[in-house]
Amino acid sequence: MTRLRKPIIASTAGCAVLALSLAGQAALAQDRAALMEEHRGGTMILTAVSAAGTLDPMINYTSQFWQIFQLTYDGLLKFKQGDRAEGFVIVPDLAEALPEPEDGGLTYTFQLRDGIRFSNGDVVTASDVVASFQRIFKVNSPTSGSFYNNIVGADLCIAEPATCTLDGGIEGDDEAGTVTFHLMQPDSEFFAKLAVPHASVLPAGTPTEDAGTEAIPGTGAYVIASYDPNSEMVLTRNPEFTEWSVDAQPDGYPDEIVYRFGISQEAAVTAIQNGQIDWMFDPPPTDRLPELGTQYADQIHVNPLAAFWYAPMNTNLAPFDDVRVRQALNYAVDRNALVGLFGGPVLAQPVCQILPPDFPGHVDNCIYTQDPGPQWSAPDMERALALVEESGTAGQEVTIVAEDNATSRAIGTYLQSVLTELGYDAKVTAISPNIQFTYIQNTDNNVQISISQWYMDYPAASNFLNVLLSCASFTPGSDSSVNISGYCNEELDARMHAAMALSITDPDAANAEWALIDTAFMEQAPMVPLFTPKNIDFVSSRVGNFIFSNQFRWVISQSWVQ
Amino acid sequence: MADTSTSSPAVPGGIAAGERASRRARRGQSPWVRAWLILRRDRAAILAAIVLVIIVVASLLAPLYAAHVSRTDPFRSNLSGSITIDGQSVAIMQSSTQGLGLGVVPIGPTWRAQYLLGADAQGRDVAARLLYGGRNSLLIAGASTLICLVLAALVGTCAGFFGGATDMVLSRLLDVLWAFPVYLLAISLSIVLISQGITIGPVEIKSGSLLLPIGIIGIIYVPYIARPVRGRVLALRGSEFVLAARGLGIPRWRILRKDILPNVATTLIVYIPLMMALNIVTESALSFLSIGVQAPDASWGTIMQDGQTLLYTRPVVALAPGLAVVATVLALNVLGDGVRDALDPRTKLR
Repeated sequence: MTRLRKPIIASTAGCAVLALSLAGQAALAQDRAALMEEHRGGTMILTAVSAAGTLDPMINYTSQFWQIFQLTYDGLLKFKQGDRAEGFVIVPDLAEALPEPEDGGLTYTFQLRDGIRFSNGDVVTASDVVASFQRIFKVNSPTSGSFYNNIVGADLCIAEPATCTLDGGIEGDDEAGTVTFHLMQPDSEFFAKLAVPHASVLPAGTPTEDAGTEAIPGTGAYVIASYDPNSEMVLTRNPEFTEWSVDAQPDGYPDEIVYRFGISQEAAVTAIQNGQIDWMFDPPPTDRLPELGTQYADQIHVNPLAAFWYAPMNTNLAPFDDVRVRQALNYAVDRNALVGLFGGPVLAQPVCQILPPDFPGHVDNCIYTQDPGPQWSAPDMERALALVEESGTAGQEVTIVAEDNATSRAIGTYLQSVLTELGYDAKVTAISPNIQFTYIQNTDNNVQISISQWYMDYPAASNFLNVLLSCASFTPGSDSSVNISGYCNEELDARMHAAMALSITDPDAANAEWALIDTAFMEQAPMVPLFTPKNIDFVSSRVGNFIFSNQFRWVISQSWVQ
Repeated sequence: MADTSTSSPAVPGGIAAGERASRRARRGQSPWVRAWLILRRDRAAILAAIVLVIIVVASLLAPLYAAHVSRTDPFRSNLSGSITIDGQSVAIMQSSTQGLGLGVVPIGPTWRAQYLLGADAQGRDVAARLLYGGRNSLLIAGASTLICLVLAALVGTCAGFFGGATDMVLSRLLDVLWAFPVYLLAISLSIVLISQGITIGPVEIKSGSLLLPIGIIGIIYVPYIARPVRGRVLALRGSEFVLAARGLGIPRWRILRKDILPNVATTLIVYIPLMMALNIVTESALSFLSIGVQAPDASWGTIMQDGQTLLYTRPVVALAPGLAVVATVLALNVLGDGVRDALDPRTKLR
């Protein structure tokens, strides 16, 4: 009986859930239509201290403009424009569905949706997709060698970008509307790599050079009507847009979005308080936080970020070429103090691991704390001093290279104080944020220790560990050597490759391995993880329906201003 | 004598009897003594000098203040520390407990020995840093003034006294320096030198050394002093007493030493307080822009920069060094006016 009734109950329950789900979706669609009718229109005004460079979605590698590209460009796949963790879900965008892997994960065939047009009126075809992937290499996209190097033919494209064809790696059939990818090795992160703006589908005739300040036609709900990095960017509705997936590219509420540049954080806060501006990209200045947290609490949104602030130590330069010195600094740094510098425990969380909390592969385990255990508790200065004494490096000169902004400089000053306490002759140099990230990467600049941040591109442990610490990420003498510590450990490299392969068949086992790799890296201490920041958005009182995606932050188009 | 001259009623159409007596008395005095007598009658200048002495002495006593009064290390971050006020432990960095609990604010002025003016964003005692900062600001201003005056005197005197090709070459060099807006020149030099340091022959000045802002500030103002010095020397060279000396066959170097330099010296002395005031402002500006005094050292400019991020919650961090600069510059300017009135032969001494 029991055996008989169980399937009946299950099927009945299943039908009920399906019915509820369909009814729920219909209700949501109805709600959305009603909301759209009520709130559609108006001009939303955003601001940032500065623009973020080129409008080319295949070249720009900033969270600031990746957020904008969500509204203007589409790829075959996309991260869902949903709330919180829903933002990590990969959904079909220009493709009709997520394809099943073929040939043991070496081949993927995407079926394009019919009738989607670029903002210039042209229909999106398979040829556009093929040309777009060739263009990634032709314009030397910053991730061409890391995200897309697994496509067959990519090695030739990396060697000779100008003549890139990705022959044998990508096939497009305009008649059938299909695009087929052939990979050199199975890649568990392939979908995620297709869902970031560097894999945007652009018209086949797009020039194979950096678009700079000229917007390339896209398929998104909005088009960039004008852009002057010194003043503003204006986005208007894409006249060719019709909503095909509310998850991937939903229609937006505001008619126009104006993004102003050159307004200081202080001025932006005041302007938002006065209702002159709707949102600021940069975090509010720390001295305004108590005021905002008390008087404007309804307009503040605090959300977690998959990111961390860290201090990469150059493992090839003294004194940090000695692992004991690197460990000493890890023991000595008071993470709580740094959390305070960032705005307090509501806005940051102390960490002593590379993978952020609640991130795939993260397991709480702190080895550089007074009582080693799951969490960081307090600095262990005695142990740190003992390690420095053992290393015999006390008295050496150390220069910390920070960004010339309040938070980075404050962290630099704090680290200088800690290093001085450890017996070093330490000083801080703050250089322009525009060049600091490339400056600290180039080994020619002999940077000993710096302050940097890393925000994930997509939710995978490799996006932290493999990107920041693999041997392949270390290119001496290059401005593009994101392994800033210059740490190359072939054994850990091999383990990372194995974990990436394992994640195709057994993601859980792979994540467990990533946790061990994280600990193994921290034993060698090529960096000092400082804290995981939280995102703070301060919006004007007229902004409604604030949705925060853990992947690309605030979903701008889904908020209304009227 | 000073009181007599100032309080004597003036005789219409003539000089007061007291003033005549005073002038007779002055004829027997050296110009320096006469200048001092005039200066000490200038109450504003004396008050300014007293203020300056207080500031200098207080700055010199910074280590004592930090060690025995505030009992803190003003160069070490103290983000997790606390102090005891009225028997209660108070955190130096205080997390907000209201509303959403956003932000961490350093302790404000306690008006006690410890953290008299509160803490900065690194939890350091603002009062102790203010005194240490004053040492560096005054040292840089003083040393750069000395460099500037020595160079300006050398260049101006040579150009004015020797004339001809020497004058042409030196004047054009000054023109080149003068062609750059002074702050643009200072900022450009600082950006290049502060981070890299400089090596001149066997002498190496490391990045972050105080010698760099001293040298940069000392050099950029040279044309502003050398020009008037050259003009003064040119005027002196054509004056009757110099012509007479030359007619008597006195060697040029002796004319320079005995007749020209003593007269130029008064001009230079007048410039000392004024240039110091200018140099303090310049140093503060460069340090505020992160291209002057470098951490861990402090100056009034760097403290102002520290306070920039606390303007809403702890304005005293920026205001205190700002007021220190204002007070010092005001005092130097008032003293400078007094010194000029006392020394400048074209005004009171004539």
